[in-house]
Amino acid sequence: MDQIAPTTVPITDAERDELRRHGILLTGLEELYNWGRSRSVWPLNFGLACCAIEMIAASMAKFDIARFGSEVFRPSPRQADLLIVSGTVTKKMAPQVVRLWNQMPEPKFCIAMGACAISGGPFKQGYNVLKGIDRFIPVDIYIPGCPPRPEALLHGLVQLQEKMRGQTISGPDAPRHLRADLDCDCPIPEFGEHDLEPPQNDILFQPPASPVRTPKA
Amino acid sequence: MQDLSPGGAHVRAVHDEFHGDLLEVSMGPHHPSTHGVFRMVVTLDGERIVKLKPVFGYLHRNHEKLGEGTSYLGSMPYTDRLDYLCSMTNNWAYAVAVEKLAGLTVPERAEYVRVILAELTRLLNHTCLAGFLMQDCGCSGTPLMYAFREREKILDLFESLSGSRMMCNYQRFGGCRVDPPADWLARAQTLVDGYTAFLDEFEALLTGNEIVMARTQGVGCMSAALAVSAGVTGPALRATGVAHDLRKVDGYGVYPRFNFRVPLGAHGDVYDRYMIRVLEMRESVGILQQALAGLPGGPIMNPAAKLRGFRPKAGEAYGRIEGPKGEIGFYLISDGSPNPWRYRVRPPSFINLTILEDMCLGHTVADAVIILGSVDIVLGEVDR
Repeated sequence: MDQIAPTTVPITDAERDELRRHGILLTGLEELYNWGRSRSVWPLNFGLACCAIEMIAASMAKFDIARFGSEVFRPSPRQADLLIVSGTVTKKMAPQVVRLWNQMPEPKFCIAMGACAISGGPFKQGYNVLKGIDRFIPVDIYIPGCPPRPEALLHGLVQLQEKMRGQTISGPDAPRHLRADLDCDCPIPEFGEHDLEPPQNDILFQPPASPVRTPKA
Repeated sequence: MQDLSPGGAHVRAVHDEFHGDLLEVSMGPHHPSTHGVFRMVVTLDGERIVKLKPVFGYLHRNHEKLGEGTSYLGSMPYTDRLDYLCSMTNNWAYAVAVEKLAGLTVPERAEYVRVILAELTRLLNHTCLAGFLMQDCGCSGTPLMYAFREREKILDLFESLSGSRMMCNYQRFGGCRVDPPADWLARAQTLVDGYTAFLDEFEALLTGNEIVMARTQGVGCMSAALAVSAGVTGPALRATGVAHDLRKVDGYGVYPRFNFRVPLGAHGDVYDRYMIRVLEMRESVGILQQALAGLPGGPIMNPAAKLRGFRPKAGEAYGRIEGPKGEIGFYLISDGSPNPWRYRVRPPSFINLTILEDMCLGHTVADAVIILGSVDIVLGEVDR
């Protein structure tokens, strides 16, 4: 918790707790803004494959995502601020996913749920499977599993809330949508002759360099 | 109206010589009602559907091609992900095909365990389907909540037996992976004993519900002749009144030992398809009671079965069982190598979906949504 507490608040958490005990609530605009956002994340009602069933299960009685303020699944991307990529993204589907992402208003977040959304998963060898949605849209939280259990999704959501609370609203660390020098829209790939064109968003995705072996001295 | 997307217009005006001015609406692949990434291009005359073009392939993840490059056992986890609500029956159908190919027999206890798991899967699938169907009808929340509450109980059983909630990967060629211990069987018995009470509660909410009846009766009618000629199987076929259930027709496994009936519909509409599933669940509870009571002892695996270095002799085999959605079959051609030369799935939901247009013509878009829901598709199996 300490490392993500905003540094602009000049008093410590202990001092603030002491004030709270006396009925004085002291907060900053940034903290209030982040607190409000992180406690009412509205996910997009969007399922791709197997993981979508576990996403539905997470919103049902036993796991109850409403406890974390995220039960309002919106069918329209215009009303959502969290895209849960829940399943295998094929090359036919990838342009639609990117389009949905572009249609969502800022501030928006993305969870890659399951092995397929992260890397292609068990279907990575397939000719029609995208090897990770992070090639086209920025992913905030990766949840491994095939499929991840609903608890894992809830954990991912809590992690995302932590991340939101750590964001600044000004300065060089501000998120994309608050910076004029960055373009938020992701280019939508097209289904080309052999592969998606472009095969990745070069700003977001740089494939790891192949390891160079240094000869032993 | 202008084209809104390069991949195909969402809404555009079209002209037909017969109907005059029509409107073409693209539903999906992102649509909250379409059970996954399925797209329907519907042409509307006012509110009535005059043409419906299904667009598949948004979840085509190369299942069959991958199966040709993987060993026989290596394809078993992939079958879990075909119809991801019914992994146990997919496993069983694939195991049946490979056992036919390799000439393996299955011990009696394993056959009983397979029946127990398949019937639990049928309960799971039909319960979830009824919940999703009611969600599509507009009763948002409650029926699906009830369905998923029961689903969790069945998944807890699957998880404690196989280690995974959804992707069980439990069947093996010549038996099952682990022997269900006595306490697992006791828990299964408790679940089965309580399931009739759940069905009574569920039916009290829905079956005689006036709104559900008004919404679903006479909607999406399918004639028996059309269903047979299109190769429709499963509850969708039986809702038209055709008595075709592979558990009776083939009598595979130990099903001939159990006493159960095959419920048949009369109208082939959405309501009949819902009712058939509820009645099938009641029969499944009966089968489960008989199977749990008559479960014999003995080995769970055929000792002759080889897990490593499995190479069936050259030949071909088709194995099929009655899955919750219809006839799920696997067709394999072996050339004697460790992986199949050809691996083909007969997906029930894909074949049941082919007559979607015939069922939807003349209905409204809202009806098309529940007709699609009543066909019971899972896109992992449709697109593979």
